[in-house]
Amino acid sequence: MRIELQKRAQPSPLFSFVSPLLALVLTLFFGGIMFWMLGKQPVDALYSFFVEPLLEVWSLHELAVKAAPLILIGVGLSICYRSNNWNIGAEGQFTIGAITGSILPVLYPEWHSLMILPLMLVMGMIGGALYAGIPALLKTRFNTNEILTSLMLVYIAQLYLDWLVRGPWRDPQGYNFPQTKSFVPEAVLPEILDSGRAHLAIVFALVAAVALWFMMRFMLKGFEVTVLGQSERAGRFAGFSAKRMVWFSMLLSGALAGLAGISEVSGSIGHVQPTISPGYGFTAIIVAFLGRLNPLGIIASGFVLALTYLGGEAAQLSIGISEKVSRVFQGLLLFFVLSCDTLIHYRIKIVTQKLRGGAAHHA
Amino acid sequence: MTVSEGPAVSPLLSVRGLTKYFGNFAACSGIDLDIAPGEIHALLGENGAGKSTLVKMLFGILEPSGGEILSSGQAVVIRSPSEARSFGIGMVFQHFSLFEALTVGENIALSLDPKFSLPRISDEAARLSHKYGLPLDPKAHVADLSVGERQRIEIVRALLQNPKLIILDEPTSVLTPQEADRLFETLLKLKTEGRSVLYISHRLEEVRRICDRATVLRHGKVTGRCDPRQETPASLARMMVGADVAGVSRSTGSVLGDVLIEVANLSVPARTPFAVSLRAIDMQVRAGEVLAIAGVAGNGQGELFDVLSGEYTVPENDAIRIRGKAVGTVGINARRMLGAGFVPEERHGHAAVSEMSLSDNLLLARSQPDRRSFLSGGLLSIVRHGSVRSAAKRICDDMDVRKSGDDPSAGSLSGGNLQKFIVGRELDRQPAVLVVNQPTWGVDAGAASRIRQALVDLARSGSAVVVISQDLDEIFEVATNVSVISEGRLSPSFAAHELSLEQIGLMMGGIHDSTHSEASHAH
Repeated sequence: MRIELQKRAQPSPLFSFVSPLLALVLTLFFGGIMFWMLGKQPVDALYSFFVEPLLEVWSLHELAVKAAPLILIGVGLSICYRSNNWNIGAEGQFTIGAITGSILPVLYPEWHSLMILPLMLVMGMIGGALYAGIPALLKTRFNTNEILTSLMLVYIAQLYLDWLVRGPWRDPQGYNFPQTKSFVPEAVLPEILDSGRAHLAIVFALVAAVALWFMMRFMLKGFEVTVLGQSERAGRFAGFSAKRMVWFSMLLSGALAGLAGISEVSGSIGHVQPTISPGYGFTAIIVAFLGRLNPLGIIASGFVLALTYLGGEAAQLSIGISEKVSRVFQGLLLFFVLSCDTLIHYRIKIVTQKLRGGAAHHA
Repeated sequence: MTVSEGPAVSPLLSVRGLTKYFGNFAACSGIDLDIAPGEIHALLGENGAGKSTLVKMLFGILEPSGGEILSSGQAVVIRSPSEARSFGIGMVFQHFSLFEALTVGENIALSLDPKFSLPRISDEAARLSHKYGLPLDPKAHVADLSVGERQRIEIVRALLQNPKLIILDEPTSVLTPQEADRLFETLLKLKTEGRSVLYISHRLEEVRRICDRATVLRHGKVTGRCDPRQETPASLARMMVGADVAGVSRSTGSVLGDVLIEVANLSVPARTPFAVSLRAIDMQVRAGEVLAIAGVAGNGQGELFDVLSGEYTVPENDAIRIRGKAVGTVGINARRMLGAGFVPEERHGHAAVSEMSLSDNLLLARSQPDRRSFLSGGLLSIVRHGSVRSAAKRICDDMDVRKSGDDPSAGSLSGGNLQKFIVGRELDRQPAVLVVNQPTWGVDAGAASRIRQALVDLARSGSAVVVISQDLDEIFEVATNVSVISEGRLSPSFAAHELSLEQIGLMMGGIHDSTHSEASHAH
């Protein structure tokens, strides 16, 4: 007996829908096994990891805070990946966006104006876009691999941030802590409701997701993205330029990552410090794939992945396991999402009987 | 179509009730076949008839869903190509699997047991290739070789395994008539040595010339067995398609109009090390004219198409004119707006995106020329899916595109039906200029005849049509004028009725303007 993958004539619409759910179930199942091997009650551990964070209002706010950057970055990345441009460096674009967006409140702390916040957001987007423009330039001019260049730029951005907050941007009255002055109130992204910390970033994320969904679904630009992603040659035949698409997708995803970065610093942290992200830019890659590279799907998957962050924190507090467990869950989830996607294009067939007269002769 | 029930001697290889399902679709169903020692056996059929599926099962690439294969009377299971070779079966594929950057000897060595040294393999390959009249230099780089020479590598590679049966998949589709003659001599030599050949083709003349027996497939079933030498091409074609194939009617002596597409002294350097440079191309095509550009694959056809379509522009704006306007520097959509249409050679991933629906594939070629009907919302460019879909439906009806479902993905259509759609997509606009590269490549006879008729009709209605083709039968069916492309040079055009097949064949071999000898392969 053996297992065979048989190509389907058409991609299965059923499994396009079921595959991410199946991946979730498998992730929970194997996560349960992991807890059991750590000596914890699997059901209790899963409960405190995935359910408890959803039971209180303040933690729902936290969920929105964490989902916002994941969705913002994830929808930008989905456009990149659909067009076959593999931007892996959103974490770096997030960091640079946070830095450029913070120039005004850090360097001009006395400036009080309603203009400051919009300017910060725009500068954050520009910073993120320009930083993503580096791999775009290298790819279009020198044919370098954007996976490597964008990834390497992440570490440059993080070290640059580290140097800034320990050096020129350090708050002189900050007891030598490596962080900047706190932002003035006008430079802080306002909260949506009084009941918790969720701020405007989640609104930006939802607007971006819906706008990009509209583009991909109805506009010629979305068609161009898909065509060039499937076949550059066919895109050229349609009169689309693959090089311009490299620029478009990289700048767009860089701008959204930059917006996520400045929103995080302005809305959640309130100053700049050496570490501003628990790896949102990398986790957003999982978000994009779990959401089937569909902006609306990414809204849902953004909340799911945000839950793994919250669950990690909760599990550390309530059952005393390392919050690094959330990374394990993210890895499991990506693994199962990608493998379950096989079922969309293939069906599993278990071959049991041999062929008639199947005595094999070996020479 | 009645012959003796199999040969008297016990067959080398037999197939009984062989069946292959892909999902619910039976690509082959209940196939019986006997191949006798020392015979050249033709496997005939349209595209999609199940020929490739059958030979893939014989060569261990696909596993049969049912039925059995007998080698010298004993039932065998062939699990892989290497097992197939151990049963004495060798195969030469239609699409070669060669590394262009490696030498002939290295390519052959890669497919063999690593225990043999490269010099030994090279010597053996050189010896075999001369013995069978397929001269090869083991040290030549594959990239420098013609398609015919590359095919020789594949044949020699198969012969090195000393097979009892060689399977050849459409071997002459890439050869000049002269190269094909040479291949036939080799096959006859193999036959006199007692080896068998399974010869897959849809070229009926060839089959009648060299094959001893033929098995005809249609829709995955055997529909005829015959001695091809006692049949006519028409009777063979009837077995293949199940109905008489309509001949293309071509009007002669129609009056030609203005020059609609013109190329003047255009030279384009090769874009990649493996591409061909175009050299001083001159070409004029008038309204009402079908100019066929004949040539063996890899002589600059693709490169010529690219610059005519504007997928790659040229620096000299005046070098290319469409309806009198200089267009050398403008892209494909600007040329489409001037009334030109283009059909590239490769259907999947160039003319169409396999994963996308037919209506999306319609938009692919027509988003700009049909902006007004297909797009709305100004700068937002919102696609009017409804009107695109109804236009796609119109094209499918006009061209008799057979498909499953309303708007299936391009990849789910057979080659012939997709090609009808791709040609229909351009015809639907009534283009003033149509440039087509290999219009009926790998397309079944019925679809091919429909497409050729459409090209002739388009020219008759006052358009200029350029057909780049390797198929000489096709060229004589549709062309009013013929040019030959060879090593990036285009010959002057000749009236089709003044040329013979032999003349074109010689020009295709590059003999018209150089002393390039066909056997000298070490450039």
